[in-house]
Amino acid sequence: MVMKKLAVWKFTSCDGCQLSLLDLEDELLEIDKNFVISYFLEASSRSPDPPFDISLVEGSITTEEAKRKIIEIRNHSSILITIGACATAGGIQALRNFASLQTAKERVYPQPELINVLPTSLPISQYVQVDYELQGCPINKQQLLSVLYSFLFGFRPSLNSGSVCMECKMRGTPCVMVSSKTLCLGPVTHAGCGAICPSFGRGCYGCYGPKETPNSPSLSRWAKEKLSIESTVLKQAFHTFNCIADGFKRFDEED
Amino acid sequence: MARFGSNKFKITKRELQSILDALKRKGFKTIGPTVSKDAIVYEEIDSLNDLPIGIGDEQEAGSYRLKKRTDATLFGFASSPHSWKQFLFPAQEKIFSIHQPTEKTSPPLIDPSVRQDPPLAFIGVRSCDLQAIAIQNRVFLEGPYSHAGYKSKAKGLFILAVNCAYPSATCFCSSMGTGPRAKSGFDLLVTEILNGQKEPFYLIEAGSSQGEEIIAQIEKTDATEEDLKKEKDVIQNAEKQIHRRIETQGIKELFYNNLQHPRWEEIAQRCLSCANCTFVCPTCFCSTLIDIPKKAQEIERWMVWDSCFTLNFTHTPAGSVRKSVLSRYRQWMTHKLASWIDQFGISGCVGCGRCITWCPVGIDITEEAEIIRKTSPVKTPS
Repeated sequence: MVMKKLAVWKFTSCDGCQLSLLDLEDELLEIDKNFVISYFLEASSRSPDPPFDISLVEGSITTEEAKRKIIEIRNHSSILITIGACATAGGIQALRNFASLQTAKERVYPQPELINVLPTSLPISQYVQVDYELQGCPINKQQLLSVLYSFLFGFRPSLNSGSVCMECKMRGTPCVMVSSKTLCLGPVTHAGCGAICPSFGRGCYGCYGPKETPNSPSLSRWAKEKLSIESTVLKQAFHTFNCIADGFKRFDEED
Repeated sequence: MARFGSNKFKITKRELQSILDALKRKGFKTIGPTVSKDAIVYEEIDSLNDLPIGIGDEQEAGSYRLKKRTDATLFGFASSPHSWKQFLFPAQEKIFSIHQPTEKTSPPLIDPSVRQDPPLAFIGVRSCDLQAIAIQNRVFLEGPYSHAGYKSKAKGLFILAVNCAYPSATCFCSSMGTGPRAKSGFDLLVTEILNGQKEPFYLIEAGSSQGEEIIAQIEKTDATEEDLKKEKDVIQNAEKQIHRRIETQGIKELFYNNLQHPRWEEIAQRCLSCANCTFVCPTCFCSTLIDIPKKAQEIERWMVWDSCFTLNFTHTPAGSVRKSVLSRYRQWMTHKLASWIDQFGISGCVGCGRCITWCPVGIDITEEAEIIRKTSPVKTPS
């Protein structure tokens, strides 16, 4: 088996997703035997040495410099995988896309004129072709491992793009929405986490973003009419890590 | 089966516990209903104390609540979010793993995942679920291809059934001809009778020689005429509590004639395509195989539940065949109620009501079937 050359990139993000690579403590030595980690600032100060077999990209695009850099990365990578909600869906920082940039800057920074950013935070797929997207805030490290090894074996990774409900049912967790009126975004959220939150009696936060063909308007209607969830609460639930993703952005409108 | 069932005996809760103990002594893993968080689920149980004593449920479309009863019934509730299929046809099951030895010239080693699990004893299976197990037996065991994992678990299975006394508002077994009285497919059958007391007593009968052997070991008295009348009352009361129904007369033709019915579009506006209905359904049997690389030299192949509500389910090189939610819901309901009959000679629905209760937005298969029947442009004889 040929060693694959790996690079890990970061844009606007918290570093949590790339750290899940380092969190694979039991597997790190094994990973090192099969991948050349060519560029990974969280682990080494080594400079990038293109081209790369696989680029893992964390973070959203929020500056002119980032726009140029992501195109360069794409050109040097055979496979480009986005890791996490920021890179895949714009992240929680995309909340500013709904407001004026100037207002946002003034609320956060003492000298807003020093902040030179784009008016929007957008996912990587808005700028370059993405081969695979790993959802989540943060991603599931076992899923990352399985995706990396899939490329080593030369087959397509098995990623379920159905609902979190499927994972809840598979682990035997009774539905929290049906049994305790808890608002849960599971039925419209992408699988992959293993349905962690409902197993602790909490509703899904939707941190994996919309599943394939999400029907958020139907869930919103039910939440308001039958679970007495107020519109503002519903908006706060949908508008988090994946606030600008199709399916979550306009969660409450009929098509 | 005719030689069984003629002898019914009256026993106490203590003797029911003796049955559980006898099964455990024989090496069975006993699985039954128990309260977990906000629902009654099926898990391994050690004694009758693990059962939901004096706990009932209230179910409606998209809603489930536990409620305290005023008596000490062990089976005073209806369907669970779990079904027995998860024990015979697990949601995730390793089929095998492949290892590449360090010497690259050696062939890969295939390690089949053969596990010697203890035989299972299901405690408290209702009539609807007995029928569901019979349907899955047909799917997984009959025909040229049988499911090895299912077969090994179903072969040694012991079933203690219970006549359903407290159906929920989402139940409709009587119209599907699957309940509430259990007729076959059990080793032992129990009816829980309150008789105006807090503590119930039980009538028990055998449905197999294995069941008879167990009955022979316990303390019992012959059921009297009066006991049998009380048993009849329990079943009749249960029947009276069932209000939902599906008219099954000509149901196959009804659905085949209505593939273009406008109602499908209305359902699709509500349907979340979340797959909950298929995973709580005790007869849905679809699965897919996934390969999970564990290391550079090791891959595992798993069989996992799949659902006709996902895009991947009909993935072809040209993409998914059923892109619209409309086509996916229509496929599920038409298969369940109509084409299942062509495929297996029997309906795929047992009327347990799980898909109604556990649909996060309360879509009701009985309501949809009735609307389609009432507004069908082609009249089906009823």
